[in-house]
Amino acid sequence: MARRDTPGLPDFSLLKRLARDQLVYLLEQLPGKKDLFIESDLMSPLDRIANMSTLKQHDIVKLYKVEYKATVSLSDQLCFLIRPRIQTVKWICDVVNADKAVGRFRRYKIIFTPQRFFACEAVLEEEGVFGDVTTDEWAFYLLPLDDDILSMELPEFFHDNFLAGDQRWLRTVGGALHLLHSVYGPFSKLYGIGSCSQMTYEWWREQVEQGEQGARPAEIGSVFLIDRDVDFVTPLCSQVVYEGLLDDIFRIKCGCVEFGPDVTSSDRSVKVMLNSQDKVFNEIRNEHFSNVFGFLSQKARNLQTAYDKRQGMDIKQMKTFVSEELKGLKQEHRLLSLHIGASESIMKKKTKQDFQELLQREHCLLEGFEIRESISFIEEHINRQISMMESLRMLCLLSITENGLLPKDYRSLKTQYLQSYGFDHLLTFSNLRQLGLLVEQQGAETLTVMESKVGKLVNDKTAGKITDAFSSLARRSHFRALSRKLNLVPKSDEEYDLRVPKDMAYIFSGAYVPLSCRLIEQVLERDGWAGLEDVTRLLNGHEFAVTGGSRAEPNSDAQRLVLVLFLGGCTFSEISALRFLGRAKGYKFIVVTTAVTNSSRLLEALLGNHA
Amino acid sequence: MAFVTASWNPLGEAFYRKVELYEMCWSIRDGLRDSLVAAAPYGGPIALLREPLRRSPSSRPQLEIYSASGAAIASFPWKSGPVVQLGWSISDELLCVQEDGSVLIYDLFGSFKRHFSMGQEVVQSQVLEAKVFHSPYGTGIAIVTGSSRFTLATNIEDLKLRRLPEVPGLQGRPASWVVLTQDRQTKVLLSIGPELYILDNTSCTAVCPPGLSPHAGSIVHMSVSFSYKYLSLFTDSGHLWAGLSNLQDKLLEFDTKTTERPKQMLWCRRPKSQQPSVVLMWDRLLLVVGECNDTIQFPVEDPSVLVGEMDGVRIINSTNQELLQEVPLVCQDIFKIASMAPGALLLEAHREYEKSSQKADEYLREIKEQNVLEEAVRQCVEAAAHEYDPATQKSLMRAASFGKCFLTDFCSDPFVSTCRELRVLNAVRESGVGMPLTHTQFKQMTLQVLIDRLLFRQFYPLAIEICRYLKIPDYQGVSRVLKHWASCKVQQKDLSDEAIARAVCVKVGESPGVSYSHIAAKAYECGRTELAIKLLDFEPRSGEQVPLLLKMKRSHLALSKAVESGDTDLVYMVVTHLKNEMNRGDFFMTLRNQPVALSLYRQFCKLQEQETLKDLYNQDDNHQELANYYVTASYREKKLESSLSLLQNAVDEYNKAKNDFAAKATEEEMRLLRFQRKLDDEKGAGLLGLSLQVTMETLLSLGLHKQAEQLYRDFKVPDKRYWWLKLKSLAEKEEWEELEKFSKSKKSPIGYLAFVEVCMKYNNRNEAKKYICKVTPEQKVKAHLAVGDLESAADAAIEHKSESEIAAVLSRCSASDRLLVDRLNRASGAKK
Repeated sequence: MARRDTPGLPDFSLLKRLARDQLVYLLEQLPGKKDLFIESDLMSPLDRIANMSTLKQHDIVKLYKVEYKATVSLSDQLCFLIRPRIQTVKWICDVVNADKAVGRFRRYKIIFTPQRFFACEAVLEEEGVFGDVTTDEWAFYLLPLDDDILSMELPEFFHDNFLAGDQRWLRTVGGALHLLHSVYGPFSKLYGIGSCSQMTYEWWREQVEQGEQGARPAEIGSVFLIDRDVDFVTPLCSQVVYEGLLDDIFRIKCGCVEFGPDVTSSDRSVKVMLNSQDKVFNEIRNEHFSNVFGFLSQKARNLQTAYDKRQGMDIKQMKTFVSEELKGLKQEHRLLSLHIGASESIMKKKTKQDFQELLQREHCLLEGFEIRESISFIEEHINRQISMMESLRMLCLLSITENGLLPKDYRSLKTQYLQSYGFDHLLTFSNLRQLGLLVEQQGAETLTVMESKVGKLVNDKTAGKITDAFSSLARRSHFRALSRKLNLVPKSDEEYDLRVPKDMAYIFSGAYVPLSCRLIEQVLERDGWAGLEDVTRLLNGHEFAVTGGSRAEPNSDAQRLVLVLFLGGCTFSEISALRFLGRAKGYKFIVVTTAVTNSSRLLEALLGNHA
Repeated sequence: MAFVTASWNPLGEAFYRKVELYEMCWSIRDGLRDSLVAAAPYGGPIALLREPLRRSPSSRPQLEIYSASGAAIASFPWKSGPVVQLGWSISDELLCVQEDGSVLIYDLFGSFKRHFSMGQEVVQSQVLEAKVFHSPYGTGIAIVTGSSRFTLATNIEDLKLRRLPEVPGLQGRPASWVVLTQDRQTKVLLSIGPELYILDNTSCTAVCPPGLSPHAGSIVHMSVSFSYKYLSLFTDSGHLWAGLSNLQDKLLEFDTKTTERPKQMLWCRRPKSQQPSVVLMWDRLLLVVGECNDTIQFPVEDPSVLVGEMDGVRIINSTNQELLQEVPLVCQDIFKIASMAPGALLLEAHREYEKSSQKADEYLREIKEQNVLEEAVRQCVEAAAHEYDPATQKSLMRAASFGKCFLTDFCSDPFVSTCRELRVLNAVRESGVGMPLTHTQFKQMTLQVLIDRLLFRQFYPLAIEICRYLKIPDYQGVSRVLKHWASCKVQQKDLSDEAIARAVCVKVGESPGVSYSHIAAKAYECGRTELAIKLLDFEPRSGEQVPLLLKMKRSHLALSKAVESGDTDLVYMVVTHLKNEMNRGDFFMTLRNQPVALSLYRQFCKLQEQETLKDLYNQDDNHQELANYYVTASYREKKLESSLSLLQNAVDEYNKAKNDFAAKATEEEMRLLRFQRKLDDEKGAGLLGLSLQVTMETLLSLGLHKQAEQLYRDFKVPDKRYWWLKLKSLAEKEEWEELEKFSKSKKSPIGYLAFVEVCMKYNNRNEAKKYICKVTPEQKVKAHLAVGDLESAADAAIEHKSESEIAAVLSRCSASDRLLVDRLNRASGAKK
């Protein structure tokens, strides 16, 4: 039975306070005036935790961005706030060694966040500065972007973990989960799918077993861990929900978007925080874009009525109006005009014929119709050099949904692409192949044939194992089969009313229910993976469902809070879908992700000329 | 309860009492005479070295270790050099300071642990006297040498020797000296004749105790209190001076009328003392001197040793042991004869109640009238904590329990915790255990330390019982005990590896917080590698096994365990270790079997050692990756020739990897690069590094049509692409005639709608219209719409009878196109 009420959320601002207090403590460890160097991608997250005046209070004189250049700082104490990256550590070594060469004495302190890695310290040792610097860890694992979104702000997780096979960030994710567990836990149940999820879960469990467990009231019910490579289709689709569109077009950074002059209709750019504090945004963020204008104009009319109340007020009423309502109205007015501006800008870009055609082709790929037409569409797209990333995205989508490309198409499309965008994308293709995003069909088909032959010879159990072995040989997608089993593509003959969405497919104009969210829905409904064996086999397995340490009664509010942890990033569309699912089923979802991603960020991480 | 006060002696306003702690279990032939004795505070163990000064080489003195109750713990003949001083460290280790300045450390059971020296020069000059002292920094040792120099070590765990400056005029040893800890500095206070000097790190300063009469004579003995706050001096004229150790104030001065130097002099005071006192002991007399110049005298029948405690003095002789202390105020209040304190009344009330006498009610009424019942209960509970005799404790606790029945909102926590603590204290005071701790000492020392000390003594079952009884979380309690037990167990030499491993596993099981790797490390330390490996198998966290395995040189096992643990830091640690330990070939082979380690190392190499990366791929025959490596490397090359040769390498590797697509693409790239180079040289076109498409675009925009055409043929550029390119480029340059010519050169592979659209893009409607007639019928509507010709579009749509096309046209119509709209609607209606 669907429940209409949704439980309240735990107070995640506590995480910010914890992070701030620890940072202040660490800065105090280096008493006296000092300059602080911050890695550029930590700037925005840091700003959410401690602003400049807080830093100034703790003796930070100047703030520098890490730019891999010789330092100009004159301070006798240098503090570096960095991610544990070898490249940055090497740069610090250069700074220290340069000082040594000119006989300058300074104190150096490196604060790694969220944790230090042995490899970084090994570099310090190799470069001979281990004794000159002190190192510390700032356990800043999670940044609350909104009431229900926590981000680890680790976009490199995706590249390092899935492409380079470097698993060191898994420990960090485990640490983040442990932090949530120790502050808001215990959890009643944990589900997950994917090898990273499994390792993270195990790492977390080990930490829990080692630590002390105090009895606390559980604030979070179950937890769902999911690897990004379980579902590549969803992040590769064009986003058409308002928040997702904003991210695709303007790039939301750390919960904040910068609207250029074309949106603000002035000559200045404006930075806007996008979260539930913004009342206008909060009401449209999850809406399909086609509804947004209607809503905004309604809102504008309401606003006008509210302003109009002034007419016929006496002095006293006017006074209260000015002191109580006017400020709110003004604020709302400002936000409303910004969002209208943004929508117009989106309209200009996205309602053009091209985009509609692109969407239509995308839907065809998802449904598996008119494949030939799609291929020529993509070919033309590449030939005309419409957009490097879009072409790549369509190629990948084609390959995943079609379980790989025919050898002829595979070669010709790749050749076309190289001719358009340069030979260095040969490495991009190598990366995409490795992740199974863009592959050739032939190998897979032979395998399937062999597999079915072998399957007939031996019993089911061994066949399963052999299947596993094969799938590790060639990663392939079984999108079509999954789509059938999980009913991901709704029947297209019915009219889909986007204003009153009936399922999660509304986030893709009713064409596709995101696989990741459907899995979550199914597992929560079944309280485990029972009955989904076919599906998990197609997804390469590694699924698990275990009970946690909580003894709370099953129907309490906390038990309906579900924490979803995406390893490798999630999109705003997925978050919107989960919000919809929560409203429909009486859950409340908290999304924890290594970073918020979208198709371009995902593919940019895989470009061959990537650092 | 009159007998409680029987042992009380008044001293000024306060009372002192002597409580018998034990009848000593030991039987010592000659008593404590001629022995070097060291007894640790807080009811710690006693060490005894018989006749240390008998230096005939044939006879070896016996070193004996006893518990505070005299139960023998260890005994062994002393084989090393002559001992000057014995002392105990805070972790119950026995420190033996030898004449040559070396300090030997033994554990409670007499097994040798380690040794250190107090300095090289001491070997020559010899230690004349040594003192072991405790400070907030740990256990320290101070010595004075034959050359009259002092050397200090404030913490034996972190040994830093400090040689203090010379004392002017000092010959041999000073008449008396003590170690003082003041203002976070450790100093020595010493006397030469009547003069007193403070010796610190840098200087030696003469000081004068205030109020000490100049005729008092030479200072021959001195002592500081447990807290280093008070100092007492004894002169050869029998004068006793006592005051603050910072020499700011005098507390008392007293003439003992004895010129003989006391054997021992100690402070006897407790926190919040009413009447601190100095205890002096001679051969036959024990004298307690209070601030009020009042004294108490006790005869001494047997040679005794005094042990200073924070709240009293223990007196140990060959037969028994007593505690001398000031009676705590609350006990005085309750037990003082004819006391009317609330607690005393409550105790009396309860006594009457036990006798079923109605007087109980009278007493109770009296307490209640004064409204002090709560105070009475508190007093009884507090007094019980200070009493040593369980019977007295019980009667006080019962009285408290009786009293609290009449209180409505009483917080029973202090009552409950005192009950529990007393049970624990009584258990450890048992003669078999022998830790005569007072409640005050226990509170100061904390339960954690008590358990540690039980562990040092290996009272494991008792320690576990206490942990369980006091409900200490397993992590800090039972598990800690088990950990200690297991570390001790693996050292048992008489048991087989198998037996020990089994015993440990059975007992420890899966207790939280006990780490098998820690136990295994202990086993390895004792040289039992096999046992260590057996124990490591029980370790559930494979990550914990790694460092020890590395230490034991089981590198391969360590690597697989590290990988299993999922902790990349550990994997990396092992990899670094292996890298330094093995030759390159073996190292690569090892990595090859561990993909996780391999990819980790690869990541590292990518950033740190590019060359190694190449070797790695070579070793693995990973041609694909090797080729990719060459491609990446070619981008870093500035010179075309080297970059081309790297690409050639890549081609070879791609061929080996049977990736003919990539090989071909690379070859084409090389061809393109050469072509670009040539044109750059000839025409300065700036093409190098551009993609094929951009190259052609650039060529066309430069008007180099021939060269563009050449590329089109050489690289088999698809017609469609080329047409698009040319179309765009011509339109961009507005060469409309050329464009028309081009459109007629052959049938357009991209259709003619593209021409219409591109022309419109450059705002040339007339040109665009030229191509509409060539557009295929299906695209006609679109073409008309593109040039904005709604009428024709409508005509075409109606002609095609296509619903969607009509809709498309309709969507472009505005309100002014009423007629057209009607027509379209009619057409659409007619169709239905």
